[in-house]
Amino acid sequence: MAKRIDVSGLHVYYGDFLAVEDVSMTIEPRSVTAFIGSSGCGKSTFLRTLNRMHEVTPGARVQGKVLLDDQDVYGSEVDPVAVRREVGMVFQRPNPFPTMSIYDNVIAGAKLNNQRLNKSAADDLVERSLRGANLWEEVKDRLGRPGAGLSGGQQQRLCIARAIAVEPSVLLMDEPCSALDPISTLAIEDLISELKENYTIVIVTHNMQQAARVSDVTAFFNLAGTGKPGKLIEMGETNKIFTKPEKKETENYITGRFG
Amino acid sequence: MSAPTQLSEPIAEDARMAAPNTLSLGGSLPRFTPPVTLAVLLLVSAGALFLLDAWNPAVLVIVTAVAYMVVITLASVIVENSRKAKDRLVTAVVYVCFGIAMVPLVSLLWTVLAEGIVRLDGYFLSVSMNGVTPSMDAGGAYHAVLGTLVITGIAALISVPIGLMTAIYLVEYGRGRLKTAITFFVDVMTGIPSIVAGLFVVALWIMIFGPGETNGLAGAISLSVLMIPVVVRSCEEMLRLVPNELREASYALGVPKWLTVLKVVLPTAIAGITTGIMLALARVIGETAPLILTAGSSAVAINANPVEGQMMSLPVFIYSQVRMGGAINYERAWAAALTLIAIVMLLFFVARLVSRFFAPKAR
Ligand SMILES: Nc1ncnc2c1ncn2[C@@H]1O[C@H](COP(=O)(O)OP(=O)(O)OP(=O)(O)O)[C@@H](O)[C@H]1O
Ligand SMILES: [Mg+2]
Repeated sequence: MAKRIDVSGLHVYYGDFLAVEDVSMTIEPRSVTAFIGSSGCGKSTFLRTLNRMHEVTPGARVQGKVLLDDQDVYGSEVDPVAVRREVGMVFQRPNPFPTMSIYDNVIAGAKLNNQRLNKSAADDLVERSLRGANLWEEVKDRLGRPGAGLSGGQQQRLCIARAIAVEPSVLLMDEPCSALDPISTLAIEDLISELKENYTIVIVTHNMQQAARVSDVTAFFNLAGTGKPGKLIEMGETNKIFTKPEKKETENYITGRFG
Repeated sequence: MSAPTQLSEPIAEDARMAAPNTLSLGGSLPRFTPPVTLAVLLLVSAGALFLLDAWNPAVLVIVTAVAYMVVITLASVIVENSRKAKDRLVTAVVYVCFGIAMVPLVSLLWTVLAEGIVRLDGYFLSVSMNGVTPSMDAGGAYHAVLGTLVITGIAALISVPIGLMTAIYLVEYGRGRLKTAITFFVDVMTGIPSIVAGLFVVALWIMIFGPGETNGLAGAISLSVLMIPVVVRSCEEMLRLVPNELREASYALGVPKWLTVLKVVLPTAIAGITTGIMLALARVIGETAPLILTAGSSAVAINANPVEGQMMSLPVFIYSQVRMGGAINYERAWAAALTLIAIVMLLFFVARLVSRFFAPKAR
């Protein structure tokens, strides 16, 4: 199920503004890759190009290549909608659909696409996804209640359940814990460690400890200066990046020294 | 001394409730003071006005309001403190302003109700004016009610899809020149005087069907010219209120844009959209001028066919009755006005129900 992502020579533009310059990297399947770096260096921008979500932003475009296993994500015959089914996404702020119950939120991917699911298949999918997101025990008695009535941490896990219910092969998470308390954060980190058995996971985080705790590989992005594009500075095993990084910039960022 | 006392006032108030005769400095007036003062002052001013032989309800209200403001402020300065006195004075001023604002509304509703109820009955709502001479004590507005329902119904059928789809285009798809142009034209349309809309449809009809033809459909089209921009505007606003995060959440699940709009954006905004549509309907249901030009003003018989012959409507009915000028005509006009208001209220009631039914629920 999990797929490898191969990025080569990727540039991302917002109109004429070059936001991310020349990124090449390989993201291994069944692993967690963390993106770290200062604010505005293009982590979110780059992440969103992996499932073509950037195309939602008017004027955003890319140059370069992204391969999912061996399929070109930007191939001319590829439908961005199909890419997003393969590469799911969890956002910084939990965003369950307010008009839907918990149950319907989980199967939203199928429902919104007008796929017919019979009752038992749907029940099954809901339970499997909610268990997968470690939320089942907390909500199994109130599946008919609105998803917006859950706590922030529960809502975020509901969003993860919704993302895994469409059975993607890659899961992108953009600061999924930044709106959550430490307990919910731990719950989600545990969940990420479990999910990596089956998915390729990419997570953007500003929390170094979190990157160190959950990720196998860490990629450090930085800006060359204000107004300059963001760049991938260094990427390697998390242990190595956090103990003896090759580049001075990385070391400065990780130890909290800048400039 | 003052700051701590003020902070502990809620508690002090409770204590005072237990022992009501603590009338010390910094105490407070009993809770029933304002209504009682008001009632006493009302009686006193009424008596005074009677004695002075200047009885007049408006004067009574004004005298009472002013006297109340003076008395309650003085009482509060003496018994309580100046901060509370200001609070009482401003509270009184706010209530008076609220009352002033309510005067036209209440008086309008009251007049329509009082005058309209005279003639509004089952008979009035079930017969037309066919064969009734203007001063006969007979006839009703059934044909006008029917005409209003048919004409505004058709206007809604035309305007809601066009308006809603335009709004969806503007919010979800529109880019560049075309979007700017459409926004501009919608703005211009909002400002069209209603009689010009009627004139436009008359010209259109003459061009297509030759002179002299008027019917309900022409009326409905002139109303939709007025209604479309209102629908576009309110739907646009409601669609913009839907957070972008929801759209992105949907795209991220591999849902195409059109399904996202149809199944995420519209349901989330549906409550506001219904209210907006109802407001637009309420706005055009009372339009008179364009209907006089397009649907005709002399129909007396029941006509449910919008493409054949003149069609009466409630506002035009009111207009033509008032123009006849007899006492009975005024009665009919008031009864029709009451019916029209009742229909509008019903619309708002339905809109409320729909909003409540569809509104996103948190729990
Ligand atoms: N929609 C947009 N239009 C134009 N420029 C944008 C847009 N979104 C982001 N940018 C620019 O692209 C650059 C990278 O932004 P991005 O959001 O990817 O940063 P980030 O690394 O995710 O930051 P953070 O850690 O604060 O989330 C910034 O200079 C930003 O101003
Ligand atoms: Mg970001």
